[in-house]
Amino acid sequence: MTSLLQVEDLHVHFAAQGATVKAVDGVSFAVARGRTLGLVGESGCGKSTTGYGILQLVRPTAGRVLYRDVDLCSLGGEALRRMRRKLQIIFQDSHASLNPRMPIGELVGEALDIHGLARGAARNARVRELLGLVGLAGHLIERYPHELSGGQAQRVAICRALAVEPELIVCDEAVSALDVSIQAQIVNLLQDLQERLGLAYIFISHDLSVVRHVSDEVAVMYLGKIVEMAAKERIYTVPAHPYTKALMSAVPVPDPDVEATRRRILLAGDLPNPANPPSGCRFRTRCPIAVPACADVDPPPQALGGGHWAKCIRLEERL
Amino acid sequence: MALLTVRGLTTRFATDRGTVRAVDNVSFDLEEGEVLGLVGESGSGKSVTALSIMRLVSEPPGQVRAEQLSFDGLDLMRLSEAEVREIRGARMAMVFQDPMRSLNPVLTVGRQLTEVLRRHADLDRRAARRRAIELLETVGIPNAERRLGAYPHQFSGGMRQRVMIAIALSCNPRLLIADEATTALDVTIQAQIVDLVKRLTRERGTAVIWISHDLGVIAGLCDRVNVMYAGRIVESGPIRELFHRPSHGYTLGLLGSTPRVDGSQARRLSPIEGLPPNLIDPMPLCPFLPRCRVSVAACRERAPQRRAFGDRHWAACFADISP
Repeated sequence: MTSLLQVEDLHVHFAAQGATVKAVDGVSFAVARGRTLGLVGESGCGKSTTGYGILQLVRPTAGRVLYRDVDLCSLGGEALRRMRRKLQIIFQDSHASLNPRMPIGELVGEALDIHGLARGAARNARVRELLGLVGLAGHLIERYPHELSGGQAQRVAICRALAVEPELIVCDEAVSALDVSIQAQIVNLLQDLQERLGLAYIFISHDLSVVRHVSDEVAVMYLGKIVEMAAKERIYTVPAHPYTKALMSAVPVPDPDVEATRRRILLAGDLPNPANPPSGCRFRTRCPIAVPACADVDPPPQALGGGHWAKCIRLEERL
Repeated sequence: MALLTVRGLTTRFATDRGTVRAVDNVSFDLEEGEVLGLVGESGSGKSVTALSIMRLVSEPPGQVRAEQLSFDGLDLMRLSEAEVREIRGARMAMVFQDPMRSLNPVLTVGRQLTEVLRRHADLDRRAARRRAIELLETVGIPNAERRLGAYPHQFSGGMRQRVMIAIALSCNPRLLIADEATTALDVTIQAQIVDLVKRLTRERGTAVIWISHDLGVIAGLCDRVNVMYAGRIVESGPIRELFHRPSHGYTLGLLGSTPRVDGSQARRLSPIEGLPPNLIDPMPLCPFLPRCRVSVAACRERAPQRRAFGDRHWAACFADISP
C-alpha cells in the first residue's frame, strides 16, 4: 500500500510570552488513499495544529509533509494553491467558516471559481450535483448560512471541500459540536463519500467513540507527540501505552451493565504547561506507573508487531 | 413522600415569532438520594426544566406553570422570590457547564465559598474559612488553604468545576442539579469529576438531577433516566430497563446513533433522519413522528399516552419496540 500523504518528523513551534510552545514536536505517520487515520488526544495535545501544519495553514518549524512525494513545506504561492485543491479541511464550527453574506449556491460555486473548474451552465449543474452528493435539497441554493441548522451547515462545508475534488480531507472535530442524531448522519455521509470517491481522511477528534467508528488506524497524541499508534482494532482492544489505557478507560459506554463493571484508570492532576513540558516522557507527571528513569529520556517507539508501536519504557508493567 | 414532585410543568417563552413551549407538561418524581438522568439533545427542554424547578426562569419573557411543584415539603410555585433565594444554594444547588460564567472573576475562590457559608450556614468568618478549606480538600484541590486566595482564572477547567461542586455542596443540599457539568471537560478530567460527584452525593444521601446529552455518562451514574424530546418526557425508566428495553422510537434512535468505544455496535450508525421540530407550531401528535422509524398507524391519528413497560418504566409511544 503506497501512501498518499507522508508526514515526517513534523514540528510546529510557537513563540509565546518569551517561551517556545512546542505544539507539535516530532510527529510522523502516513495515510493511504481511501483510508482514515484517527488523531486523538485531549485539549492542547497538538492534534489540530498537526492538521494545520499538514495543510500549511501554519508553517511547520521543521519536518516534511510529502503529498504524492512533493514536500508541501517547500511550496509557496501558486504552487501551494494548486496543491491545496487536493487537500481540504472541515472545521468544527461551520457556521463560522461560511461567509454569512453569501447564499449556499455561491459558497459552493466559489470553490469551483477559485480553481477554474466550471463556468456558466456547467457550474450551476455542478453545484446542484454537489449539493445532492451531500444530501442537501436543491432549494437550499438560495438560502443563507444563518438559515441552516448545524448539520446542514456541516454538509455545506463538506460540499465546498468536495467541489475541488480533493484526495484527502482533514476533519478537525468536524462532528464534535453536533447532537448525536445529527452527528450520526454526518458520520455516515463521510463514510459514504469515502467509499464512492476513494477519499482519505485525517479524522481529528477528542471523541474516542467516534474515532473508533470511522478510523482504520489511530494515533494517540499527548503534549505534542504521538505516544502510540496502531490499527484501530489493536489500539482499542490491546492498548499498550499507559496514557492510551487511561484515556480509553475514561470514555463512558452507553450501557449500564458495562459501566457497572468497568475499571477506570483515574489520572491525577491536569495537563502540564506545554511551554514547559516535563523532561523525558511528557506523560510521566500523571502516569500511575512512572519511575525515575522516565524523566531521563524521551522514550523511543517500541514495536509491538503489525505496525503497532508505543513510546514507553514501562510497557511490561500492569496498570 | 418524594423529595421533589413535578406535575404538569409547562414553561413558555414569548418570542417575536410566537410562543415557544420549551417545557411541555412534564411530570416526574425524585426520591431522596436518587440520581435521576435527564437526557436529550439541544432544545429538548432539559435545562429549562431544571431552571424552572429552581425558579430561575425570568418572567417575562418566560412563563412557568405547574399543577404541582413541591420540594422537601415546600410549594415552590407559591414561595416568594426572597423565600426561594433562601432555599437555592442551601437546600438545592446547581452546577453548570461553564464554571467561568458562574464564578465571579474578580473575587477570590475563598471569598465566593465563604459567602455561601456565611449566608446559608450562618458561620462566622473564621468558621467559614475553616469549612471552605475542608470543602476544597474534599473535592480534591491540592494546597487548599493557599488556593483560597486564588482567582477563578488561576484554576484549570477541571479545577474550576471542582470549586463549583464545593460551593454547591457547601451547605449539604438535599438536591443537586448538574447541567452538562462535565461536557466541556476532557474525558480523563470528566472521569475524575463524575467519580467525585458519585462519591460525595452517595456519602451524603444527596439527590441528583444529572442533565446530559451523553448517554455514556448517564449509564454510569444514574439510577433512573427521563428521556426528553421537544419539551416533553417521552420515556422514563430505571437505567437498565431503559438501555436494554428502549420503548420509545426516539430512545431507540438515540441509542442507534451513539458510537461506542467498546465497539459493540453495528458497523454503520443508524441516525435519526431529519431535524427536531420547532417548538412554536402546535404538535397534536407525537412530536417525534416525522423522524420516527417505527411509527404505526395510530401515531398518525392521536397523541400517544404513557404506556407502562415495567416497574416505573413507561413510554409515550404506540409502537412495540422491545420484546
